[in-house]
Amino acid sequence: MNEITSAIQLIPLQHYIILSVTLFSIGMMGVLFRRNIIAILMCLELMFNSANLLLAAFSAYHSDPSGQVFVFFIMIVAAAEVAVGLSIVVMMKRNVESVDINLLNRLKW
Amino acid sequence: MVFLFYFLSAIMVISALLVVFSKSPINNVIYLIICFIAMAGHYILLNAQFLAVVHIIVYTGAIMVLFLFVVMLLNLNKAIIPQKSAAARVLAVVTGGIFFLVLLAATRQTFVINPRYAFTSEIGLVANVGKTLFHEFLLPFEISSVLFISAMVGAVMFGKRDHAAGED
Amino acid sequence: MVNPIPYIDLAWLVPAFPLLGFLVTGLANKSLKHKQAGIIASAMVLLSFLVSLVLFFILRSSGQNEATITLFNWISIGGMNIPFAFLIDHLSLTMMLIVTGVGALIHIYSIGYMHDDERVNSFFAQMNLFTFSMLLLVMGANYLVLFIGWEGVGLCSYLLIGFWFKNPAYNYAARKAFVMNRIGDLGFILGIILLFITFKTVTFSEIFSQAAAFPVGAPVITLITILLLIGAVGKSAQIPLFTWLPDAMAGPTPVSALIHAATMVTAGIYMIARSSILYNLAPLTLNIIIVIGLATAIIAALIGLKQNDIKKVLAYSTVSQLGYMFLALGLGAYSAGVFHVTTHAFFKALLFLGAGSVIHAMGGEQDIRKMGGLRKKMPLTYFTFLAATLAISGIPPFSGFFSKDLILSKAFEHSVILYILALGGALITCFYMFRLLYLVFFGEQRLAGAHPHESPKVMTIPLIILAVLSVFGGFLNIPSLFNGDSKFSNYLHSAVVSKASEELSHSTEIGLILGSLLLLGLVIFFAYRTFVSKSMIPAKDGEPMSFFSKLIYNKFYIDEMYTAVFEKPFGYLSDFFYNKVENTVLDPVVDEIGFTTARVGSLLRKLQQGNMSFYLFAMVAGILLFIIFILIV
Repeated sequence: MNEITSAIQLIPLQHYIILSVTLFSIGMMGVLFRRNIIAILMCLELMFNSANLLLAAFSAYHSDPSGQVFVFFIMIVAAAEVAVGLSIVVMMKRNVESVDINLLNRLKW
Repeated sequence: MVFLFYFLSAIMVISALLVVFSKSPINNVIYLIICFIAMAGHYILLNAQFLAVVHIIVYTGAIMVLFLFVVMLLNLNKAIIPQKSAAARVLAVVTGGIFFLVLLAATRQTFVINPRYAFTSEIGLVANVGKTLFHEFLLPFEISSVLFISAMVGAVMFGKRDHAAGED
Repeated sequence: MVNPIPYIDLAWLVPAFPLLGFLVTGLANKSLKHKQAGIIASAMVLLSFLVSLVLFFILRSSGQNEATITLFNWISIGGMNIPFAFLIDHLSLTMMLIVTGVGALIHIYSIGYMHDDERVNSFFAQMNLFTFSMLLLVMGANYLVLFIGWEGVGLCSYLLIGFWFKNPAYNYAARKAFVMNRIGDLGFILGIILLFITFKTVTFSEIFSQAAAFPVGAPVITLITILLLIGAVGKSAQIPLFTWLPDAMAGPTPVSALIHAATMVTAGIYMIARSSILYNLAPLTLNIIIVIGLATAIIAALIGLKQNDIKKVLAYSTVSQLGYMFLALGLGAYSAGVFHVTTHAFFKALLFLGAGSVIHAMGGEQDIRKMGGLRKKMPLTYFTFLAATLAISGIPPFSGFFSKDLILSKAFEHSVILYILALGGALITCFYMFRLLYLVFFGEQRLAGAHPHESPKVMTIPLIILAVLSVFGGFLNIPSLFNGDSKFSNYLHSAVVSKASEELSHSTEIGLILGSLLLLGLVIFFAYRTFVSKSMIPAKDGEPMSFFSKLIYNKFYIDEMYTAVFEKPFGYLSDFFYNKVENTVLDPVVDEIGFTTARVGSLLRKLQQGNMSFYLFAMVAGILLFIIFILIV
């Protein structure tokens, strides 16, 4: 156990930063890459989580639990967003029989 | 244990890339779940044990299941959605790459930090997180319930089969 | 201003009553019966006359000379502090009594005169608004409150001149009056601004106490007084801005009596008398006033000789009398000027109301060539009109004699030439007034089919009251020559600082009066011979005339001259700007700006196609640029 709890001291912080930046960029790329709105929502979740990871990492390196509390709040926001987002997807599917983002082209008025 | 970090990171990056590049929505969901489980491992490494458990429960247990349900409910796996044009896909990858480089450049100056408190491995225990949450962040915590209520109302409103209000 | 005077705060009631009347008759315009509106309006003005009387006695018994009633702090910005205050002193009380007293009589008269007009309620609302504004004008304790009243009466004048707005010519007259007044108002505003810059206040008492520090002939004071004079010239219809007043006769006759004879046009004289301390410091301006006043008095009198419209004759005589008032002001005899304002208010209002009675009787006919012989048909109107004519001609002991003689003797003190010119103007006045009287009331009736009749009581009673005032008004100010004590002049002395002048010896004065009386008698006789014995009637339009008659008949072509000098070039200039500048330069430029915007818009519109993917790309690109910008800077 001790080995695990003190592992953090062996890993430089910048590795966590690079990891979360990588995940964030992948999520961003996914948002641009996909047409399926559900996949885009999933990529959004990925980006949320990269931010969570970074917060947890800073929290650990500062030995301050506030960062972890922020992660909770982000989870709350993410859960709310997913609930609303998915209901929008359901409605979209119901209305236009598709979840293709290119069909959502009314956003110009 | 350092090995564990790199192992989990590799799993995360690979599964994240698969989320983006695999075409089937069901597969996407599965890869994302793998990614999240690896992230829970990271949380344990970061001494955020309670967070790791909550992450598993909330993300893998609730949110991803919700995704799965929607995919299955709408029968999306069969409906093949065409991919974007090749140019758009290349552009997306290039943009993502540039974004990565720029973010790296932006975060380079923060690489060295001075810890605020002396190192302790117990910050992620339920007791410590709970104390912080209910002492310093009590008000935001309560307000977040309002957010949940409104999200719930919103989801129900959208989900309702209402033809009068459902047009556009 | 040591002790507060009990009950002097009632002063706010004076303008409040006409304002109330305006609101009632104005707002309940549709639901009031015609008679009710007239009675309400008249009662309101009568009430404020009574309050003014009470105030007069309060101030008299208090032994103090003035009182300032501050209603509220109006403008308070930084160091600027302008209260909305009334100044009650002998000058403003005099004016208040004239405005409300004569005003009340004219309101009552209007009930009869306007009874069959369909917009009587509006008429009375506007008359009450005018009375309210005029009271603000004379009661204001600083130039700004005075200015509100000044503009208010200008507005009411405009509204009432154009009261019968269905006639385009009347509208034109109203516009002309308004625009001419604006020229003067511009000078007045500039004067007030300069006053504020110089003294850092616009309150009368503060300015006048500070002005003592300036030497006589200080350029700033001269400039201020000239600017204020421009305002007074516009409002009081002096050369060169007098042409609007004769045209203003387009309004109903009571309006002419109230606004364009008795009260509003004397606002300029009131304002200069109020600023007497400043004017005493500016001899140059006083000389200008003398020239303007005398020129106006004579030229307007000359024009009056050949006018055939009963109201136009009276209008020119008003202009001419205003010229005499200006002459008095210019001579530094401010109280003489204000005294003439008072007597003039009585007899000129009477003349106009009498003329109104005649017009009423003749069924709207205003041409004196078609009247005649009304003496027997309308005896009451005839006698009151006769009293007013004698008064304006300066026959003793009628009121006009005392006021005009005061001005003439002041002119004699100044220089003999001035006296001769002023006397000449008075003789001309006498001639055209008797010409009017003889043509209207003597001889045979010349308009076939008209059945003149005496006006109803509601119209004749004000005539009688005004006639009494015209006859005996002069006794307010009996000069020492007749063992009087110049009560009126002394009363005003605390508010108006007249220039000191040595008194004429009594023998000289008696000589002057006798000489002028002799000349007046000759003029009246000559007029009698011309218009009664020979029963000569002025030429019809279009008949050939001698050069001078033609010149006078056409009012010295002043209107035409203004048209040629100001209107035409201005029209050409406007045409030039419209055709060359507006149409070829400004318009295309403005159009081009619009078209360019539209073109750029239609280009940018292509970005807004509603494609979510593109929006996402744009967003990411924006974030990227943002981060890069932060990194680089």
